[in-house]
Amino acid sequence: MSDFNRRDFIRLATGATLASGALGFPGLLLAATPKVVVIGGGVGGCTVAKYLRKLDPKVEVTLIETKKAYTSCFMSNEVLSGDRTLESLTFDYEGLKRHGVNVVIDYVSAIDPSKKLVFTAGGDQFGYDACVVSPGVDFKWETIEGYDETVAETIPHAWFAGPQTLTLRRQIESMPEGGKVIIVAPPNPFKCPPGPYERAAQIAMYCKHHKPRAKIIILDPKDRFSKQGLFRQGWSQLYGFGTDNSMIEWIGAAGGGTVEAVDPSTRTLQAEIEEFQADVINIIPPQKAGKVAFASDLVDGDWCPVNKLTFESSRHPNVYVLGDASSAAKMPKSAYAASSQAKVAAAAIVARFNGIEPGEPTFVNTCYSILGEEHGISVAAVYALNRDSNTIESIKGAGGLSPMDASPEQRKREVSYAHSWFKNLIEDMMM
Amino acid sequence: MRRKTVFAILSLLVLMPVITQAAGPTAAALAFTCAGCHGTDGSSVGPSSPSIAQMDPEVFIDAMQAYKADKSNSTIMNRIAKGYSDEQIKGMAWFFAKQKLRLQPQQHDPQLARLGAELHDKYCEKCHEDGGRPGDAGTLAGQWMPYLEYAMADYIAGKRPYPRKMQRKVDAAIKDQGDKATSALIHYYGSQH
Repeated sequence: MSDFNRRDFIRLATGATLASGALGFPGLLLAATPKVVVIGGGVGGCTVAKYLRKLDPKVEVTLIETKKAYTSCFMSNEVLSGDRTLESLTFDYEGLKRHGVNVVIDYVSAIDPSKKLVFTAGGDQFGYDACVVSPGVDFKWETIEGYDETVAETIPHAWFAGPQTLTLRRQIESMPEGGKVIIVAPPNPFKCPPGPYERAAQIAMYCKHHKPRAKIIILDPKDRFSKQGLFRQGWSQLYGFGTDNSMIEWIGAAGGGTVEAVDPSTRTLQAEIEEFQADVINIIPPQKAGKVAFASDLVDGDWCPVNKLTFESSRHPNVYVLGDASSAAKMPKSAYAASSQAKVAAAAIVARFNGIEPGEPTFVNTCYSILGEEHGISVAAVYALNRDSNTIESIKGAGGLSPMDASPEQRKREVSYAHSWFKNLIEDMMM
Repeated sequence: MRRKTVFAILSLLVLMPVITQAAGPTAAALAFTCAGCHGTDGSSVGPSSPSIAQMDPEVFIDAMQAYKADKSNSTIMNRIAKGYSDEQIKGMAWFFAKQKLRLQPQQHDPQLARLGAELHDKYCEKCHEDGGRPGDAGTLAGQWMPYLEYAMADYIAGKRPYPRKMQRKVDAAIKDQGDKATSALIHYYGSQH
């Protein structure tokens, strides 16, 4: 494609218009092969890398990630019920390489936005025209007394799918017949808002068959949670929720659900009103943006503020922050949201390299939870940008939850669509 | 010739907002958001979300409008379709119409598929030409089998509006082979890739 035609194509694909003035970004326009460094090989990072190459093959993309393979957090609760292996959630980066993405396994220590350089622990440095940061979340360990990274090896968070997911699974399998599991849910905002509640259902799914007298208690510092009505209905249909014999119990903030401390030696939790002892404890700590965001001065409080037209950082030019680490309310911190943001950012970056203004962004979130073998529920939203307030707003009259009281057939179909959502999201990000 | 002209005019309508004004996301930007369930550029890797690549634009528009108006049973699409204007739906329809459909092999019963092939020729081929490959009617060949099952169950239960003439043909196929008619057809479509 000639340069002129290529710019026409990009304008059509991204909705960009010619920047006002002679050329909006002449310096960048002249770069023969603009360079993008992507930090983080999760949904946001991979999707932006793939779509940058798809929208403009002239862009040189390097993705830096610490792990050799990606393990999906979405669907990882199915490992706890025994319905899925961890291997089935693990994918290498060969697919991205086939799209021409240069994949580097290293740890990014910091970004220098003034010099436009990325530094790695391995001693390398990478120059960039645009840097995309998609590090996901990190934990605020200090908020629960007695809980730290070492304790998490025996009292797992399992909030990054991997060895801890398997630890939690083994602990549930080896607890006594009438054992007790406690899930400590985090305060808002956190990644995967329905995750802790789906997790309770997936553990119950296993216990129903293998340890029918087991109890799963959720201690929650909140009084409301994602898809609450649907979870309560599903739990009651499948696991007796609301009866004396319920396998699942939920204790919210008003009931004293806020956990203050843990004693790992006795597996005891100090909550606001009383103590709880359990055979298996899963603590999902409060969350903040990933480390590199703090090391590179991209945060304001716990999260990274961005211009939602492009996802460029409000703190440093030419740096973009996507996914869980960005402050993109009202979009949830979900895989689908990260994927949707990544495509908006990719189009904006490509437009910028070609001296044209970014097009109007559009976003979608869909998120499924599986409560039983044949019981799936979902939430969906379509979003547009309100430029005046720099907020992403859901379009009125659209989106929302699966209906309450849906037929068993509809709930069953949502399970198979949940599995399709998983497979296609993975395909779309890295295959 | 006439079809070509119509295509040219419709293409122009799709591109026009981009040329004349910056308002609103482009068709491509809108279509990209579908990929998390329907696959990159509309070719789903399954197991049940349908592929929408290379879909006839009118069929796409009818399906989205029926979801939007709650006239077609769905789990999630009725909620999503309501987020788009008629123009945006049209734009997405043409975007997907131009994508090449990539199919994956599916497990199927060869014997049932053979029966399905006969039924297809007799009752379906007239509209779903070339074994149900992409054309003027909905794509059936290689479509994900669970999706075809849901769709057929909804048609038969009156929860999804039949396109013109289809009900008569489905009734005739069922009269011909009984309950196994629909699963034979689905196995036939699933056998193509």
